[in-house]
Amino acid sequence: MSKNTLYDKVWDHHKVTTLPNGQDQLFVGLHLIHEVTSPQAFGMLRERDIEVARPDLTHATVDHIVPTDDRDRPFKNEAAEEMMAELEENARKAGIQFDDPTTGNQGIVHVIGPEQGLTQPGMTIVCGDSHTSTHGAFGALAFGIGTSQIRDVLATQTIAMDKKKVRKIEVTGELGEGVTAKDIILTIIRKLGTDGGVGYVYEYAGEAIESLGMEGRMSICNMSIEGGARAGYVNPDETTYKWLKETDEFKDDPERFDELKAYWESIKSDDDADYDDVVTIDGSAIEPVVTWGTTPGQGIGISEPIPEPESLAADKQETARRAQEHMRVTPGETMAGYDIDVAFLGSCTNARLPDLRAAAEIVKGRQVDDSVRAMVVPGSQRVKAAAEQEGLDEIFTEAGFDWRDAGCSMCLGMNDDQLVGDEACASSSNRNFVGRQGSKDGRTVLMSPLMVAAAAVTGEVTDVRELPKVEVEQ
Amino acid sequence: MSTDEIPSVKQVSGSGIPVRGNDIDTDQIIPARFMKVVTFDGLGEFAFFDLRFDDEDNEKDHPFNEPQYQDANVLVVNANFGCGSSREHAPQALMRWGIDAVIGESFAEIFAGNCLALGIPTVTADTETIEELQSWVEENPDGDIDIDVAAETVTYGEKSVDVTVNEAQRKALVDGIWDTTALMKSNTESIAKTAESLPYVESA
Ligand code: SF4
Repeated sequence: MSKNTLYDKVWDHHKVTTLPNGQDQLFVGLHLIHEVTSPQAFGMLRERDIEVARPDLTHATVDHIVPTDDRDRPFKNEAAEEMMAELEENARKAGIQFDDPTTGNQGIVHVIGPEQGLTQPGMTIVCGDSHTSTHGAFGALAFGIGTSQIRDVLATQTIAMDKKKVRKIEVTGELGEGVTAKDIILTIIRKLGTDGGVGYVYEYAGEAIESLGMEGRMSICNMSIEGGARAGYVNPDETTYKWLKETDEFKDDPERFDELKAYWESIKSDDDADYDDVVTIDGSAIEPVVTWGTTPGQGIGISEPIPEPESLAADKQETARRAQEHMRVTPGETMAGYDIDVAFLGSCTNARLPDLRAAAEIVKGRQVDDSVRAMVVPGSQRVKAAAEQEGLDEIFTEAGFDWRDAGCSMCLGMNDDQLVGDEACASSSNRNFVGRQGSKDGRTVLMSPLMVAAAAVTGEVTDVRELPKVEVEQ
Repeated sequence: MSTDEIPSVKQVSGSGIPVRGNDIDTDQIIPARFMKVVTFDGLGEFAFFDLRFDDEDNEKDHPFNEPQYQDANVLVVNANFGCGSSREHAPQALMRWGIDAVIGESFAEIFAGNCLALGIPTVTADTETIEELQSWVEENPDGDIDIDVAAETVTYGEKSVDVTVNEAQRKALVDGIWDTTALMKSNTESIAKTAESLPYVESA
């Protein structure tokens, strides 16, 4: 059993009691809600005549169904408009702050929490969305929950949970050129499996993690769930504090910052903490990773051959065969040269400012390949504005990218941004399941934003490290 | 601590409805397109929708369409019922159609958990027992079925058979502690105390 880890300490601080059903009741520090999973929970509260317990600790945004082009109300899609209107009404009645698109603060729920400073170390954070694990990058305990649990949290600001085991994943060494946080997490999932994390939370540590900025840490924690772990976190450090200091929450309140910093320091895992498991990965050996199949665990280094199904564990062979058939890839070959029809730069994994900056760097002075439709969907309105301030939008649009408004977009195709037919998509998102991007025959290849940029300009999966430099006149 | 508000579910009685077939997934129970909605309220009428209606909305053969089962509240199914997507819309649709308990060979874990959150027991028995019960229901659509959750028996006609209710589920149902909202709401004072002890939480 783990002891003195951040997970243990934050759990203990938030534990209200042990329930008669054996679960622990935990206080929830921040409840994020969006339009798809919250309305039914509000409905259940109404059925029981219960009020929202802590609207002040609840925060709403709209991301899944929101259009990324024409956002005039009412939305053209009737179901989308209904969901939006329902969230507006629920938030207004309960007194919950709602960052709708008119505020300039709207965006994917896992982008806006951190950028506004709502997400803080040592908090418990929940949201009816499995990628809530993202917020763990700040040393928060953050997990996705189901609709009945949303009801629980709205009604009581607490949640009933079973305690998990803690696995420390240490990524040592320095990352090579062209290798990003996304490649680290795809490597971890490939090594430990998409169900390797079931029953665990992941603590990410080691030099390669600590030297990442907050955005990179978020990309890693984001995909904990693809590795089967319901939550993942990084212990807070100076990088974390520097980010927080500049957010809305603290920039005008240094006193509160100092006061809370003492708490944040206290909840870090002790040097001699006990873990249920420790895994070490050599970060310097990681190369850009792309997926060849239809689960996030089916990834390989860009220079490695696609595996023969027979070479895999017995229980993985059948899914591998089906995946290879769907993706139309040939074992023995590498993924380099795989034709791409769509390039999607977006999602809560990789649509923050440094992601867009790094991709723009590649795109600058180049053109999107004729066979590709390429789009950038910034993670939030603030990311979009900051990128425009730097002129990134011009770099992208001059190259032939579509520059859109913030939302989940083609990550899950719940709005109009979808793959068509059997289109292949180079995607910076987190899930490559069959049908995920809106077409049941669509083919998704997951990769870092750098690699998406490279694929967009060449029309095929490309090792970004081999792309010749272009001289751009300043 | 008072948990009086949560009804304990020791027994469920009523007439049955058989839905035969293994691996009936949640997509069949409630197709994904009915999820772009803001409440669970009207979901009952969409239960098994694509199995009940063809593309032109004509009724197909399905027990949920048959008049003799319209008052049934005990669903009798086969193996691995409720597999696939974890959507809570599935048990919600069944409950809102009128189902209070499900008897089957086996259930997908998340589905069973979602049922429990609604106070719906998912009771299991072997293949033979289930098939016999399904046939009996077909012959006796008005016949009473009594599920005794605590004693783990199902009684119908002249017969009483042993069934299994997962231990944690049985305890939760019988002790009336399956509704976590009510369970946790009764701890108001401790919740306030915990909130107060957290340096980042300002008082409401
Ligand atoms: S961007 Fe994708 S993964 Fe992230 S919250 Fe939206 S739909 Fe989910």
